[in-house]
Amino acid sequence: MHDKTLTELAAGLRAKEFSSVELTRYFLDRIARYDGQINSFITVCADYALQQAQAADQALANGDAVSLTGIPLAQKDIFCTDGIRTSCGSRMLDNFIAPYDAGVVERCSGAGMVMLGKTNMDEFAMGSSNETSYYGPVHNPWDREAVPGGSSGGSAAAVAARLTPVATATDTGGSIRQPASLCGITGLKPTYGRVSRFGMIAFASSLDQGGVMARSAEDAALLLNVIAGFDERDSTSAEQTVPDYGATLDETLAGLKIGLPEEYFSDGLDTEVARIIDAAVDEYRKLGAEVKAISLPNTGLAVPTYYVIAPAECSSNLSRFDGVRFGYRCENAVDLEDLYKRSRGEGFGAEVKRRIMIGTYALSAGYYDAYYLKAQQLRHLISDDFAKAFEEVDVIMGPTSPTVAFNLGEKSSDPVSMYLSDIYTIAVNLAGLPGLSIPAGFVGSRPVGLQIIGNYFNEARLLNVAHRFQQVTDWHLRAPQPFAD
Amino acid sequence: MEWETVIGLEIHAQLATRSKIFSGAATAYGAEPNTQACAVDLGLPGVLPVLNREAVRMACLFGLAVDAEIAQRSVFARKNYFYPDLPKGYQISQYELPVVSKGRLIIELEDGGTKTIGITRAHLEEDAGKSLHEDFHGMTGIDLNRAGTPLLEIVSEPDLRSAREAVAYMKKLRSLVRYLEICDGNMQEGSFRCDANVSVRPVGEKRLGTRAEIKNINSFRFVERAINFEIERQIDLLERGETVVQETRLYDAARGETRSMRSKEEAMDYRYFPDPDLLPLHVDTAWLEEIRALLPELPDSKKERFMFEYGLTSYDAAVLTSSRELADFYEAVEKSSGGETRLAANWVMGDFAAALNRDGLEIGACPVNARMLGGLIRRIADNTLSGKIAKQVFEAMWEGEGDADSIIEKRGLKQITDTGAIEQAIDEVLAANPEQVNQYRAGKDKLLGFFVGQVMKATQGKANPAQLNQLLKEKLNS
Repeated sequence: MHDKTLTELAAGLRAKEFSSVELTRYFLDRIARYDGQINSFITVCADYALQQAQAADQALANGDAVSLTGIPLAQKDIFCTDGIRTSCGSRMLDNFIAPYDAGVVERCSGAGMVMLGKTNMDEFAMGSSNETSYYGPVHNPWDREAVPGGSSGGSAAAVAARLTPVATATDTGGSIRQPASLCGITGLKPTYGRVSRFGMIAFASSLDQGGVMARSAEDAALLLNVIAGFDERDSTSAEQTVPDYGATLDETLAGLKIGLPEEYFSDGLDTEVARIIDAAVDEYRKLGAEVKAISLPNTGLAVPTYYVIAPAECSSNLSRFDGVRFGYRCENAVDLEDLYKRSRGEGFGAEVKRRIMIGTYALSAGYYDAYYLKAQQLRHLISDDFAKAFEEVDVIMGPTSPTVAFNLGEKSSDPVSMYLSDIYTIAVNLAGLPGLSIPAGFVGSRPVGLQIIGNYFNEARLLNVAHRFQQVTDWHLRAPQPFAD
Repeated sequence: MEWETVIGLEIHAQLATRSKIFSGAATAYGAEPNTQACAVDLGLPGVLPVLNREAVRMACLFGLAVDAEIAQRSVFARKNYFYPDLPKGYQISQYELPVVSKGRLIIELEDGGTKTIGITRAHLEEDAGKSLHEDFHGMTGIDLNRAGTPLLEIVSEPDLRSAREAVAYMKKLRSLVRYLEICDGNMQEGSFRCDANVSVRPVGEKRLGTRAEIKNINSFRFVERAINFEIERQIDLLERGETVVQETRLYDAARGETRSMRSKEEAMDYRYFPDPDLLPLHVDTAWLEEIRALLPELPDSKKERFMFEYGLTSYDAAVLTSSRELADFYEAVEKSSGGETRLAANWVMGDFAAALNRDGLEIGACPVNARMLGGLIRRIADNTLSGKIAKQVFEAMWEGEGDADSIIEKRGLKQITDTGAIEQAIDEVLAANPEQVNQYRAGKDKLLGFFVGQVMKATQGKANPAQLNQLLKEKLNS
C-alpha cells in the first residue's frame, strides 16, 4: 500500500479497493510504528485526519471527488492550520494555534486531501540539517546517524520512510531540494509566486516558496496541481494560469538542451557525488538530450548574498514574535523591555538568534548600503547569469548538494560549513526560479540528488524531464530498508 | 539680535477609506477595543498585507490637488521598532520613493498677501494601535482597532516663518483634504494631526538652526502655542549663549509648554528596507487621468470664480469657499434667491452661520435648507420684508414653522407699501403727538427717529422704511 503512487491510490479509492478512512488509518499506523525512529512529525492529528477521510469517502460515494480526494498528506509545520498547532519548529510557537488555514492547506483540504499531521523542520526554516528544531532533530531514514537535510527534513524523511504518500514543504535557500536529495526523494521548489505564501510563516519573504515532496515526479506533479495558483491574499502571488502538470510528463526529451554549469562541478564537490551526477547526465544523453557546458560566473556570490538578504528579512519578519499577543511569553516580566528580551531570548533558538542579529546588523544605519543594498545588486547579477544561460539551454543540471547527508552533530557547531552545504541551491531562490531534486544514486547507503533548474514558470518542463529519467531508472523506487515493509 | 523662525510641518491625515490600508477590517472610529482588528492587523504569523487601492487613489488625488509629481513607481518600506501597539514590530510606510512629491500649497497671509509653501512629499503608511495606560491597574491595555488605518503623511518644506503661518498652512491643508473628501479632518479623533519641526536662526543667516520636533499636536490653538513656546525657548537658549539640542519634544497642553522626549543620540535606528511582501506600487497614466477627471473644483479656483461670477469681495469669497459644503450651500441659496449675490452672501455668512454656530449644527443637518433661505432673500429683494422683519422670519423658519412665504402669510408680516395706509398711520401718530411735532418744526431734527419708531410700532414694523421716511418728511415739512 505504502509504495503505491498517487495515481494508484486514487484509482484504488475509486475502485473501492480501500476507503480513505482505511488508507488514512494505514498511514497513521505507520507513523505510530516508525516515527519514533526518525522524529519526522511534530504533530499527528489522527482525529482530524479521520474526519477528513470520512468526508472524502462521502465525496467519493457521491461522485463529488476530484483527483486526489481521500489521499493523505503531511503538511510542513510552517503552514498555518486552523485549530491545529503550528509551531514552525520553535518553542516560540509551541502554544500557537492559528485561526486560519494557509492558502496551501486550504487548497489541499478543498481538494479532499487528508492531513495526517505537521512535519518537523528547522526552527523557522533556518537550517540545513533539521537540527535546529525545538522538537529535536529528524533522523535520515537511510541512515539514522545522518541528518535528513533541512529545513524541510521532516517532510523529506516522512515521504522517504513511506509514512505519508506526499508532503508539502518550503524552500528559502534549498529547504526542499537539499532534504529531498539527502533522503532520496523528489522535491520541487516552484517559481517564486507560483504557490501562495498566505499563512506560510515567513522566514525571508522574497525567497520563501512553498512546494512539494513526493517519491516520484509524477506524484509531485499531481500535488503541485492542487497547491499552485494565484491567491489574492498574497501580493507576490503570480496571476498566471496553472497548466496541468500531469499532462506533459511523457513528452520526449529529444533535442532537450541541458546546461552543466562549470561552477557546480568545481572544488567543493564530492568526487563520488560528481560521478553519480555524470552518470545521470549520461542517461539524459541516451534520452536524446544535448548537453553543453555553461557558466554561471557569479555562483560564488550566492551564499554571501543570501546570508545578507535572508537574515535581513528574517530580522524584521520575526519581530512580531514579541510575547505580547501570542506565542511564548516569559514568566514574571518586570517591565516591557524585560518582556521583550526574555520572551525572545527564551523563545528562539541559537540559529534563529544568530540570523536575527546578522540581519539587524546588515540593515543598520551606516551598514545598509554596504550590505543590504550591495546584496540586492549582486542578486541581480546572479539572476542575469541564469537569464543568459536560458538563452542557450532549456534546463540546467548539477548536484543538489556537494555531499551526501552528513552526520548528526557534524556541522552543527560550524554554521559557515553548514551554510556552504546549500551552495548549489541558494542561487535559484535569489533568482526566483523553479528547481527540483530527484534521486540519482547512492554513496554507500546515502542518497544523491540531481538538481534540475528551469526557467520561470517552467515547472511542467522540469517535471517532464524528471519523469522521463524516472521511467528509465529505479533510484526513486528504492526504499530505506527499515521502512520498506 | 533679530531672529528668524523656520518651521516645517508633518501632517498625518487619516484617509477616509472604509477598510484598512492592508486588510479588509473596518476603519470606523470608536468601536469596542479590538473588534476591528483582523489577523493581518494583529500581525499573526503567516498573514500578508494587500494594498487598498482606494487609499492609493486618495493619495493621488491629493497629489494632483497640490500640483505635485505622482510617482509612477513608489515603494513600501518597513520601519522597524518594537512597541506593544505595533503588532508586526514594524510599520509599513514609504521611505525613499513616496507616491507624492514636490507639491505646493498657497496660503493667505494676515496682511492680505499670499505665500507658496512647498510640499516635499506625501506618503502612504499604516497607523499603529493605541496603548491605554489607565484602568488596567499598572498594566497596559492594547487596542488594535486603529492599527492599519491608512494615513497620508504630508511633509512641508521649511518654508513657514511663524506660528501664525503654520496654522494658516494647516487650516488650508485641512480644508483641502476635506474638499477632496479624502479625510474628515477631525482633530479630536486624531484624523488630522501635526508634528512641527521648529528652529531659529539670526536674520540673514542662510543655514538652518538646530531643530526640535514637537510631536502630535492635535488642535490649531495648540499648534500656535506650542510653536510660540518653542521659539521663545530656543531664542532664550541662544541668547544665553547655550545651544539648541536636536531632539523630539512633546507638547503639554495643560502646562502650555514643550518638554524633551528623546534626543538625537537616543534616536531609533528604524532599519528601513523595502517590504518584500508588497510589490512596488505602480500608478499608470491612464488611471491617473481617471483620477484627475474626478478632481473637484479646489478652494483657490472656487474663490476666484466666486469673486468673478458673484462680484464678491476677496474676504467674502474666501469665507464662503472655506469648505465645500458652505460653498455649495451659498451657490444654491444664490440660485434660489434669483441671483441676489450680495444678499445671499450676507445671509449665509451672517444670520445663517450664526445660527449654525449657536446650535452646533452642520449645514446638512440644520432646519433651514438653501431653497428656504433663498426664498426668504427673494422676499427681502422684492420689498415684501424689511431686513428687520426678515430676521424674525428666519428665526421662525429655523424653529420649523415652514418656508418664508407661509410664515409671512400666517403671521401677516407682509410689508406695507401702500402709500395710503402708511399716510394714515403717519397722520394718526402726528395727531397724537402735537408737542413733538412742534419741537421738530422748531428745528429739533433728531425727533424724526421718534416718529419713525412710532409709525413702525403702529404698523407692527411692517411699513416699508424708505417710503415711511419719505412720507413722514413730506408731512412734517409741509
